[in-house]
Amino acid sequence: MSATGIGAAVRRKEDFRFITGKGQYTDDINRPGQTYIYFVRSPHAHAKIKKIDSAEAMKMPGVVAVLTGKDLANDKIGNLICGWAITSKDGSPMKMSAHPAIANEKANHVGDAVAVVVAETLAQAKDAGEKVKVDYEVLPAIADPAKAQAKGAPQIHEVAPHNTIYQWHLGDQKAVEAAFKAARHVTRLDIINNRLVPNAIEPRAALADYDAGNDTLTLWNTSQNPHVARLVIAAFVGMAPEHKLRVIAPDVGGGFGSKIFIYPEEVVCLWASRKVNRPVKWNADRSEAFLTDAHGRDHVTHAEMAFDAEGKITALRAKTIANLGAYMSTFSSSVPTYLYATLLSGQYGIANIYCEVDAVYTNTVPVDAYRGAGRPEATFVVERLVEAGAREMGIDPADLRKRNFIKSFPHQTPVIMAYDAGDYHASLKKAMELADVKGFGKRKRDSARNGKLRGLGYSTYIEACGIAPSQAVGSLGAGVGLWESAEVRVNPTGSVEILTGSHSHGQGHETTFAQLVSQRLGIPIENVSIVHGDTDKVQFGMGTYGSRSGAVGMTAIVKALDKVEAKAKKVAAFMLEAAEGDIEFKDGKFTVAGTDKAAGWGDVALNAYIAHKFTGAELEPGLKEGAFYDPTNFTFPAGCHICEVEIDQETGDTEVVAWTAVDDFGVVINPMIVEGQVHGGIAQGVGQALYEGTVYDKDGQLVTGSYMDYAMPRADYLPSFKVDTTETRCPSNPLGMKGCGEAGAIAAPAAVMNAITDAVGTEDIAMPATPATVWRAIQKTHKTRQAAE
Amino acid sequence: MPAVSMTVNGKAVTADADARTLLVQYLREGLRLTGTHVGCDTSQCGACVVHVNGKAVKSCTIFAWQAEGANVTTIEGLAQNGKLHPMQEAFRDNHGLQCGFCTPGMIMTAVDMVNRKGHDLDDKTIRHELEGNICRCTGYHNIVKSIAAGAKAMA
Repeated sequence: MSATGIGAAVRRKEDFRFITGKGQYTDDINRPGQTYIYFVRSPHAHAKIKKIDSAEAMKMPGVVAVLTGKDLANDKIGNLICGWAITSKDGSPMKMSAHPAIANEKANHVGDAVAVVVAETLAQAKDAGEKVKVDYEVLPAIADPAKAQAKGAPQIHEVAPHNTIYQWHLGDQKAVEAAFKAARHVTRLDIINNRLVPNAIEPRAALADYDAGNDTLTLWNTSQNPHVARLVIAAFVGMAPEHKLRVIAPDVGGGFGSKIFIYPEEVVCLWASRKVNRPVKWNADRSEAFLTDAHGRDHVTHAEMAFDAEGKITALRAKTIANLGAYMSTFSSSVPTYLYATLLSGQYGIANIYCEVDAVYTNTVPVDAYRGAGRPEATFVVERLVEAGAREMGIDPADLRKRNFIKSFPHQTPVIMAYDAGDYHASLKKAMELADVKGFGKRKRDSARNGKLRGLGYSTYIEACGIAPSQAVGSLGAGVGLWESAEVRVNPTGSVEILTGSHSHGQGHETTFAQLVSQRLGIPIENVSIVHGDTDKVQFGMGTYGSRSGAVGMTAIVKALDKVEAKAKKVAAFMLEAAEGDIEFKDGKFTVAGTDKAAGWGDVALNAYIAHKFTGAELEPGLKEGAFYDPTNFTFPAGCHICEVEIDQETGDTEVVAWTAVDDFGVVINPMIVEGQVHGGIAQGVGQALYEGTVYDKDGQLVTGSYMDYAMPRADYLPSFKVDTTETRCPSNPLGMKGCGEAGAIAAPAAVMNAITDAVGTEDIAMPATPATVWRAIQKTHKTRQAAE
Repeated sequence: MPAVSMTVNGKAVTADADARTLLVQYLREGLRLTGTHVGCDTSQCGACVVHVNGKAVKSCTIFAWQAEGANVTTIEGLAQNGKLHPMQEAFRDNHGLQCGFCTPGMIMTAVDMVNRKGHDLDDKTIRHELEGNICRCTGYHNIVKSIAAGAKAMA
């Protein structure tokens, strides 16, 4: 292993600009003559827009324009769309409503934009926004997904009777029913997977600049996938032809899924910029982010697991209602279906699985992918059932897991996925040692002496990452392919630029991608630049989500490097006057087999460009190659997280006292960065389990709309984490990588809740397990015990 | 709009500011010092922390005019003569940042923490002192490590 190659904990190349305040985030960019836009938003969850009077607002100082949904419709700006078609079990297509970037006839959630003001300064735009008079007819609203399909519930979109978007299922229902009939033991749980607000610390932002001279539009925005944004805004919204629209995602301050989607604000900024013929800038307030960023999770599930006499899991079934909010966001439909039910086999050999999912509209912010996207929900169902089942049957939870682990690969589950490689025993064993599970009994007694409850919870999770083979996702309804592209540009002096369709917003691609290139070409890591996030530079790319940038994005670079090496060997052959087949390349040096003739990487690069050693008829000058890589399978990272909690019985306050994570991500490029990804994921998962809960009141008002009332995990809420890895190579990509970005968030909630329920002695504790929730559960358990005694 | 003057990163500066212009807006928009970030609107996240007369202040909590005549240091002013501040080095060495957005505020808070609490900081103290700074990427593990190392390096 070289000091900067694969496997080395290289310090990040991108850090210098971030630690010196020189990062360039969207809101740091300014254009001459720019205006500011303010969105007037509905204060009602559900209301007809009867009339908008902008006369007074137009007279306010500095106002350039006041625009409404009518103007948008008049200009024939198209609706936002959901790009993954789901078919209901009766064969009918999903019921996608119209989603105009500014509501025209009806506002469907608090925060739905109804008008915009463009002004010289932001303060002027805000002042004028208060003068826009909107005459609403307030309608009854529905926020609770479990009640959205009820008779008499307020109807949100005509296209979707009973607010039902689709009724989907997966698996063999009859076989599952038979297995349940034959079961020795059945474990049943009602689970609410709480709604979360992603909260990347950089709020979403957009800066649109119309160039009238060339009739082109440029958009700087906070995107995880600028090319997909351009495609949707060009092809579906119809803003401008694709070649007349440039999208730049500069430094982006975290995404976690929420910056994948195509949002109304960037569409409106582009449209308004062309209309006022000046740049238009928008930066979300945090309160605006709470009201407009796509939220995550929000499932209501009943799940059951069947066991035989030996504790073997024979079947699993789940019925889930998934809240998709007021409109279908870009990839929302896929999250509670193909990213959820397909993972219900967990790490276990389960012969029979059946899952039904109803997706519903409610008068809430749209819900879409958030770190893990469907897979945390699946893991939570499986891991809570296994843990509860073990307790009910009096079997040690680790032992029950071992009895059911998949041991041979490849393994075809009954829910689409074909797991390619893994060693679930190895990660469980290592985690149990690191967590000192053997010493838990003593620690529990020590806690009891201090009047505290102590619990230990496992989560042996699996995820499907690197999404995914295009043909596979296409057959499941995806509107796009999920390959990745790369271009390797070698300069005449031998330095290298890598253009990638992946996008880094904290993951450290500028370092890890350069490590790969440095090792492969034998050049210093400083001589490699990673270029991403600009549709004028990178031809196309699918972006970063689903832990795909390593397994898919880096493999595309490998494929392009293969071509560069092949071409460079041809150049070297001419230089060294040898047959191409005799040229070997290693550690940055081209040699002729069996001789001492050699040429360095830099010499060959230069010769490729000066082209003195070959004619144009023999070889094309230059050294630049591109590749598109489409994976042949998902990747299947898996591992074991063990959480230990201590609970104050008087207050119900839960402290996470120890965390052990052992993950199998396949080959690791940079262990320092991978550990950081795991830490962050765990924190978000602990946040879901203990602190974060999005609350809507019955009228659809968001009660948790700021950091004053939505509890973000803070430094003193969390412990330091013990993080380690095991390794089975991923057989479907040449680097053997699996992906690490989402693992923590997928594993953590179940581990925390398994620990808390272990400590308290009841399965009936919902997330977020706030002190009040836990305290009530403790009281109830005491009463039940007393009654039994 | 009245002009407000102060010293920022050792330089005397003057820029226009409304009565309602916040110090962070003055720095970002008036002076184009965009290293100081805004992550919330309730003074919770700490992305905007700067030093005013040597003390950490959330620059979204004070008006620009309240800092008239003050000595302000932002993340851009922390490195001296082209040499990174030990706390900046510590964040880089310990992978104390991912997306980098909360980082300027974290580093400014960390330096202030060392100024108040000394160079030998245990995890508990660091975590408690970070109550006013939110990071969504790192889970704080490596931020805590960075600050402990940076505190020692500042001695």
